[in-house]
Amino acid sequence: MSGPPGRARGRGGRHGRLRRWLDRVGVAVLAVVLLVWWLLPVYNMMLIALDPEGDTEFTGDIWPTAPTLEAFRGVLFQRYWYLQDFWRQFGNSAFIGVMALVLTVLISSLASFALGRMRLGRGGVVSTAAFLIYTVPAYFLVIPLYRLMHSYGLMDSLWAVIAVDVTFAVPYALLILQWYGRLIPIELDEAARTDGATPGQVYVRIYLPLMAPALAVVGTYALLTAWNEYLYQFMLLSSPRNKTVAITLATFFDNEDTPWNYPVAASLIYALPPIVLFFAVRRYIAAGLTRGSVKG
Amino acid sequence: MSAVLRRRWLPSPRHRELHGAELTWAIAFVVPYAAVLFAFALYPIAYGLWMASSPSLYLQLFASDEYREAVVSTLLYVSIGVNTSMFLALLLSGFFMRRQWWVKAMLVVSMLPWALPAQTGFISFHWMMIYWGFLNSLLEKLFGVYGPDWLSHYWLALGANIAAYNWKTMPFWTLILLAGRMAIPQDLYDAAEVDGATGFRRFTHLVVPLLANLYLVCTLLATIWMIGDFNTPDLVSGGAPVGATNVLATIGMEYLFDSANPELGVAATLAALPVLIPLGILLIRRLRTAEVQL
Repeated sequence: MSGPPGRARGRGGRHGRLRRWLDRVGVAVLAVVLLVWWLLPVYNMMLIALDPEGDTEFTGDIWPTAPTLEAFRGVLFQRYWYLQDFWRQFGNSAFIGVMALVLTVLISSLASFALGRMRLGRGGVVSTAAFLIYTVPAYFLVIPLYRLMHSYGLMDSLWAVIAVDVTFAVPYALLILQWYGRLIPIELDEAARTDGATPGQVYVRIYLPLMAPALAVVGTYALLTAWNEYLYQFMLLSSPRNKTVAITLATFFDNEDTPWNYPVAASLIYALPPIVLFFAVRRYIAAGLTRGSVKG
Repeated sequence: MSAVLRRRWLPSPRHRELHGAELTWAIAFVVPYAAVLFAFALYPIAYGLWMASSPSLYLQLFASDEYREAVVSTLLYVSIGVNTSMFLALLLSGFFMRRQWWVKAMLVVSMLPWALPAQTGFISFHWMMIYWGFLNSLLEKLFGVYGPDWLSHYWLALGANIAAYNWKTMPFWTLILLAGRMAIPQDLYDAAEVDGATGFRRFTHLVVPLLANLYLVCTLLATIWMIGDFNTPDLVSGGAPVGATNVLATIGMEYLFDSANPELGVAATLAALPVLIPLGILLIRRLRTAEVQL
């Protein structure tokens, strides 16, 4: 189970062949168990969403007996009364997610540039303080933030949710960027400075392009955090105009009488953007993590 | 090797003082970060501490069975959850070091739970594990046994929460530990092989010592994240049976909504600070050592 196998396992002979065979069977069994484990909850969702009534739990079916895409159609064309604003809510969710991504990348890369590359004096103190603040989990601050958003005048504004998402994504983003940034020789910055570039130019022309893999990691992380989060949306957004998919799903799931196929189909559609983004940038993520975490 | 690396890639932190325009640039770059941190983290924490500053709140909390139960559940949830998650992630990262194409394809599939929104994944866990749910149907069809009512027994419900949380977060830790393993130079594996260390002995004598610091940093981060987890207990067990699997984050919200006592809700969560702050300090010190070790 450890190290790069496939190398010099056993030293030939019958004993070696038996070991190789056992190894192969063991790995195959493990692979099947893992795939079932990862995919079972997703399969369960598909089963409910494809059922005409959405009540597979009473029939006890373990595969779709009469699969229909009706629930997906109901969501896509907003045919079910509960989902008549689905696409506007989806737009709100997307706005929160994209803004959280952009602002997290921008704010953390600027700070990381000043602290790590320009070596702002006492920079260590700033990042240490940030990290200590970060040990207070986001959900522990729901009640104080709920009150403060009132006094900030951000109540029932998508920006309130964006602000919270960004605040709790930035310290972690900074950590990743600082890790990764150490692998880029500072001489590059110094050479550019000698040629007369301003810090702003160094940031745009040298730092950002070289940090691209780490920025992809940080951006994906921010979007996933925003997409995972629903308590703050539930607390901070109230008017129908500002509702998001997560809020609708939460109220849906609390209501026992509604058919389950519609919310499940909606939540599967809602799950697509982060998955698409993740798989689109996964090469960057692999590169960013591999280089960034060297024996960290 | 590491000394060379250090000299080339990590110029020693000689403190070159910034002056004039440069200082202005540097400060301007940090201002957005500082502003966000102050307005939406520091000030809310201070405000929360002020809201929950009355000692009577804490007397009330510790006198309540409900709260003591939540503290115990949080301890169990986090200590079992983090350790199983990290240990299995360590083993799993070894599996992903295999070079076959289908193992690489599986790595991609393994990230699906992590990329799936928490709400979608955890609701599915909840519906799978209710009495009439998919899990019991599956057990009946495949093995002819009818499973228990998973979410109405304390240990089963707690186990369900832990399983769901690990289902979602383990891929992330696996990826990080895999990155750590890939950073171990091939020469070390070759040297270990010459010395006769393969398989299990290579794992204990080479991989474990080299990954120890990364493993510890990840464990600390995972602990901090899991103490603050609201989504899983809220969506998977919903606190069932009768609020027994509530954790600090969810009981705080219950004090707000059900008892309309926001001060108590804030106190319930901020009471965890004496545990969280030492964890944070330990984490920062570990991150520093990580720099030196490179």
